[in-house]
Amino acid sequence: MKRILRIQVNGRWREDAVADNTLLIDYLRGPLQLTGTKQGCDGGECGACTVLVDGKPRLACCTFAASVEGCHVETIESQSQNGRLSPLQQAFHEKLGAQCGFCTPGMIMAAEGLLRRNPRPDEAAIREALGGNLCRCTGYVKIVESVQAACGAEAAA
Amino acid sequence: MKANRSGAGARRPLIDGVDKVTGKAQYTADLPAPNALVGRIFRSPYAHADIVAVDTAEAAALPGVVAIVTGQDCDKPYGILPISQNEFPLARERIRYRGEPVAAVAAVDAETAERALKLIRLKVAERPAYFAAADARREDAVLLHDNKRGNLEREVHNEFGDVAAGFARADLVREQTFRCAEVTHAHMEPHAALATYEPERGHLTLHSVTQVPYYVHLSLARCLDMDPSRIRVVKPFIGGGFGARTETLNFEIVCGLLARAARGTVRLDLTREETFLTHRGRPESDIRIRIGMTREGRLTACEMEMVMRGGAYGGYGIVTILYAGALLNGLYDLPAVKYDGYRVYTNTPPCGAMRGHGTVNARYAFDALMGEMATELGLDPIEVRRRNLLKAPTETINGLRVTSYGLPEALDWVERASGWRERYGKLPKGRGLGIACSHFVSGSAKPVHWSGEPHATVILKLDWDGGIVILTGASEIGQGSSTIMAQCVAEVLGVDWERIRVVASDSLVTPKDNGSYSSRVTYMVGNATIDAAENLKKLLVEAAARKLKTTTEDIECLGEAYRAASSGETLSFKETTVEALVGTGTLTVKGTFTCPEDFQGGKHRGGAVGSTMGFSYAATVVEVSVDEVTGLVTVERAWCALDCGYAINPLSVEGQIQGAVWMGLGQAICEETRYENGLHTAANFLDYRVPSIAESPPIEVGIVESLDPNGPFGAKEASEGPLSSLPAALAEAVRNATGLALRELPLTPERVAGALEERERERRAAARKSAKQPATEGAV
Repeated sequence: MKRILRIQVNGRWREDAVADNTLLIDYLRGPLQLTGTKQGCDGGECGACTVLVDGKPRLACCTFAASVEGCHVETIESQSQNGRLSPLQQAFHEKLGAQCGFCTPGMIMAAEGLLRRNPRPDEAAIREALGGNLCRCTGYVKIVESVQAACGAEAAA
Repeated sequence: MKANRSGAGARRPLIDGVDKVTGKAQYTADLPAPNALVGRIFRSPYAHADIVAVDTAEAAALPGVVAIVTGQDCDKPYGILPISQNEFPLARERIRYRGEPVAAVAAVDAETAERALKLIRLKVAERPAYFAAADARREDAVLLHDNKRGNLEREVHNEFGDVAAGFARADLVREQTFRCAEVTHAHMEPHAALATYEPERGHLTLHSVTQVPYYVHLSLARCLDMDPSRIRVVKPFIGGGFGARTETLNFEIVCGLLARAARGTVRLDLTREETFLTHRGRPESDIRIRIGMTREGRLTACEMEMVMRGGAYGGYGIVTILYAGALLNGLYDLPAVKYDGYRVYTNTPPCGAMRGHGTVNARYAFDALMGEMATELGLDPIEVRRRNLLKAPTETINGLRVTSYGLPEALDWVERASGWRERYGKLPKGRGLGIACSHFVSGSAKPVHWSGEPHATVILKLDWDGGIVILTGASEIGQGSSTIMAQCVAEVLGVDWERIRVVASDSLVTPKDNGSYSSRVTYMVGNATIDAAENLKKLLVEAAARKLKTTTEDIECLGEAYRAASSGETLSFKETTVEALVGTGTLTVKGTFTCPEDFQGGKHRGGAVGSTMGFSYAATVVEVSVDEVTGLVTVERAWCALDCGYAINPLSVEGQIQGAVWMGLGQAICEETRYENGLHTAANFLDYRVPSIAESPPIEVGIVESLDPNGPFGAKEASEGPLSSLPAALAEAVRNATGLALRELPLTPERVAGALEERERERRAAARKSAKQPATEGAV
């Protein structure tokens, strides 16, 4: 059955007819065409679909769209503002935190969730927060460096 | 050379990096196609069976089903090697592994397509199935392919140098067996394809996740029986490859078949489970190896028997089994080698090329045994490698040419960086250090399809707007190839980075390229790009000379300006471009690269495999701690130095080395596919364990620049070579930490704890025995 879903996506309130069993990832990627959020596995294994729901990281592939009614959903598309990359985006770009780029949106959103909670995480905290986000290209070294660079924590690490 | 901040030697972020961090990069599943039909594949639940009937009538009658295709719709076998094309996109007559595609449906939505799959009736007569190489090789085994006796896809028997004499003069000869589990690429992007058939014109367009658009193009033309000029293959952004996508994969052809049958657009997104089943990974390998060594640690001879469980179809199998033997040479000075390789057909998903193609498991066995023998002789494991270095330039006993060789410097770097001399043998209990070396080709010197064309062709376009467009067929797969090409152009022409754009891998506009495999792109396409840029520069210099009324010799290229040295007059790049277009219009120039024939390997059968113009060389040190109760191996840190010839982009080289080191660690400590009666029981990221960020170590990288005489600015490959050293380095570190030589990968807690327990049991038994018997007995 479909219902009218009222939801804020990337700062904009919307109302859409959505089936009860529609997953958040399919809602974002389908009708909203926000294809930055990726599906890398068959459910909850890789973290590529990580978005923020009310500021906290959430796997869009394991979340019913209807369950986030009235919430604020943020995707990778919300990161750059007024033509400027966010600090995390800038750092992932300059430090080569992204190679093939497929895990990158989820990785950046998971890191964004961490930085909002803990603006100056140490390396262990970064590794813990990103523990559910798989990357097959980088060996994670430059991902850690990217997050450190984004919060100006290179020296502290 | 490093003055240009965008040219060779610059730490340039990726030219397509902003698209990736903003989420704007469109991967195949992201491409808009609102009216596309949804494709789904019906897969066999049987591992080995004759097809009696595939009844699709009921499925076809379901409202919303637009097209169904089966093996009846394609009778042309395909395969990457012209000599082993034995696979059909949809099984015909015979099914050879569980999960093999049998039929496919295109429907108006996913729910309808999935319902239709449940209505397809498959009737078969089952055959005995073999999931282990040894079972498939049994004398009474039923053949998977009627023309392959003993279920052997290829046997290789090569001997170079005097092996018997080598063992005779050795002071120490040791023989061991090693076993490596099957591993797979696990690229983060699941497989996907999007095909549009235009019935009015008879044209087909396929967007796919391929590393080799040209080979996909060839296979589509063959399997769909179409003129290749009516087919367009496009590679959008792709989420990693690591070799999985270096051959045409069944779903790509199936998507084309569905689109043609449906006379429209079909999207075929595979699940992660299906992506695992499509496989093409590194085969399970059983290795028997014997090495001879002098008291001083000099290698005298090596004998290896390699058995690979290849899976159900040919794929790259012949190349894989040849690579394993060929690249026993080219790393150390090894005077005699006997190699016996067996590639076995089994009822498991087909193996293929995976990062470090063919060489990784052989290198593991070799370097692990070399390390064990060094310990036995009381030699330092780094020192024993120094005693076996090649003297480049040289040619190996099997006809491989080594023209640049930075392994000595790589060994020095890891020794220093890891604090080896101060720390080796002095670490606390349960901690250990290990080292191994490895190498890999910078592109196979002989392409799979030998057509007489250059190995690489690149086109540059410069138009009135002053923009330089690089047109290349080389597949950017995240490894940074488009960035490297742009840096080659920036270096030669000295122009602003923002002037350069890259259009890659669209057969409608880009020149043919063999694709991204065997680490060929930087070396071959890089050289072709430099050639093209030099050709363009020549035209610009001529234009400037014409405009400034002087000779070409008098013109200096300043990048964004051209200057007459005699008069000091300058023209901007834009003015020079305007002049260059007079009377000729848009400039398009071509650059090519060809490997000379004397680099194309030995004259023996299969001798082309392993041949290259430049080998990369890696030395890797790993530090581990081993929990002797749980058997858990924790990798504390890794150091890897790579001779990549010259780092055109050091940032990118670091990223490639770190990724290779990490992927090698994954194979060494936790990755393993598993089958129960042919059913893949690890076809997800929970059961197929790749290391997460939480358990991955810091990786320090050293770049050695040996300046290869033929590489682009001296560069060689940087992505595959390091990987092969990891399993042996890790195994040696575990041996250093525990005293146990473990010879079966991966070194999971179960295996390590099991071996520790076994040793403890033996110790107790020995203690009991000696307690019962008189003390004098021990001296006998």
